[in-house]
Amino acid sequence: MDSRNIKDSHKILLSVCILTAVFFFSLFLGRYPRPGVMNPSLIFSDPLAHSLVFNLRLPRTLTALFLGMILSSGGMVFQMIFSNPLVEPGFLGVSQGAAFGAAFSIIFLSSSVWIIQGAAAIAAVSGLFLSYTIARRIRFGGWVLRLVLSGIAVSALFSAGVGILKYTADPMGELPEITFWMLGGLWNITWREFLTIFPVSLISLVILFFMRWRLNVLSLDDETAFSLGLAPGRERIIFLVTATAATAAIVSVSGIVSWVGLIIPHIARRIFKTDTRFSLPGSMVLGGIFGLICDMASRTLLTGEIPLGIFTSFLGAGIFILLLMSRNIKVEK
Amino acid sequence: MSSPMIELKGVGFTYAADNNSVLQTLSMQVDRNSVTAILGPNGVGKTTLLHLLLGWIKPETGTILLGGKSLPSYTRREMGMLVGLVPQYEHISFEYSLLEYVLLGRTPHLKPLQTPGKEDYEIAMHALDIVGLKDIAEKPVTHLSGGEKQLVLTARSVAQNPRVILMDEPMSNLDLANKVKLLSVVNELKEKGATILFTSHEPEIAASIADKVVLMGEGNYLKSGAVDEVLTSASLSRVYGIPVKVAEFEGSRILLWRK
Repeated sequence: MDSRNIKDSHKILLSVCILTAVFFFSLFLGRYPRPGVMNPSLIFSDPLAHSLVFNLRLPRTLTALFLGMILSSGGMVFQMIFSNPLVEPGFLGVSQGAAFGAAFSIIFLSSSVWIIQGAAAIAAVSGLFLSYTIARRIRFGGWVLRLVLSGIAVSALFSAGVGILKYTADPMGELPEITFWMLGGLWNITWREFLTIFPVSLISLVILFFMRWRLNVLSLDDETAFSLGLAPGRERIIFLVTATAATAAIVSVSGIVSWVGLIIPHIARRIFKTDTRFSLPGSMVLGGIFGLICDMASRTLLTGEIPLGIFTSFLGAGIFILLLMSRNIKVEK
Repeated sequence: MSSPMIELKGVGFTYAADNNSVLQTLSMQVDRNSVTAILGPNGVGKTTLLHLLLGWIKPETGTILLGGKSLPSYTRREMGMLVGLVPQYEHISFEYSLLEYVLLGRTPHLKPLQTPGKEDYEIAMHALDIVGLKDIAEKPVTHLSGGEKQLVLTARSVAQNPRVILMDEPMSNLDLANKVKLLSVVNELKEKGATILFTSHEPEIAASIADKVVLMGEGNYLKSGAVDEVLTSASLSRVYGIPVKVAEFEGSRILLWRK
């Protein structure tokens, strides 16, 4: 390892320390016993504080952490694989597909977390597959333009589908549940929800972490990646399926949370440089911090909850505009 | 006599989109540890030939042998260690430093989940030194000129250290000094045991460095052999369709042509 790598490793270590601090801060921040930070010793003396931290805040905070890590690493994967810094899973029909799958499940199948998650995953993968297939058949423009255009169209199709489902939904039970989906939030997360997403999320993050060097090579032209001993088609599918499965899982419990996957990879590349050995874990850690901060803000800023998706959109779009104005983001193809 | 490094037996290829046959029954041999120049007009199938040798596209007819074994018998990783490609141009979306970019050449030498180590860094740095870009190793590769990018692509192949290096018009964007530089890099790679094939539109360059020249004409190659046999006024005139005269000047071959 050369000295630069050691410096980058130190940066990641420092980010992990910040992440840990924010995580514990989040566990003790809230409105009990009064608005602000709870004294940690209270969990040993006050059964209500104990229950609040371990049964409500801990699963929710862990989910916020995974949400940030998965959406931002998924964004990094999509940006590298499509050689375009302006894509994220939400741009290619994955998020809207997941929302459609969940809404469909709520109305026609079951409200069981497992079935919603399965339906969301299947529809998310279908969204990606549709976007990809249509992009291949568009007869004008570069590859990325075609991909983004077909992604917009597929997302719009799924949105229209969600609209129809909402129109037919029972306004007392199903409609609020679907509406929650479109706004995104973690207010109904318990250990049950967390444990349903935990295995897929953890396995996906581990796979992405260990395969991260190859993500660099996949950002090159196909024949170059091939000449460097990769099977680009096959390895792209491994990355896409891994990132999409994790995104669908997290979105099935959180609803649509936009922008995280687009902006965090940009910030990670600025701090940890382009090499995915550092920028991918960096993106995971920064995403985790971002997820925790947005969730804390969404549950503590007002007496009621502000939906998480609204918060990440506000923050994300603002940061994105700043990024666009401060430095040229190259898109060549 | 050792077996040839590369052997093509009756190789044919057609692009599905226009159904135009680019290559028909092409047969040739490339010796180990040699430099071969592939010349011919635009669209005659030079890059297609390189892509066939890389295994990126598969021949419709005939077989390609590499080191005596057919291409499909190698695994992807083995192929990465055996054959490297220096493309004419590469689309680069992200701001990798030169060192990071050249380091990517080490990929076939790494196991699927492995990341590069100290030795890989040294090899990448040495490759940058060979092409004369060591001093700007930390500069973003997206900030380079077209010619410098071509040198970086060559450096990545040097770091990859394959037995066969396929170079697609490696000098098309280089100034005179950098052309000479690249010729010396090619010589150095040959001395280290590599087999090099490059396409070019400049017969003079081919004459100055190649052990063998393959001159491709419409649909098929016309001639293959030593420089003296292939780069003649008659064969160049026929392939390019204009009157070309090959002359000698102070020991170097120069080309004269009329409009």
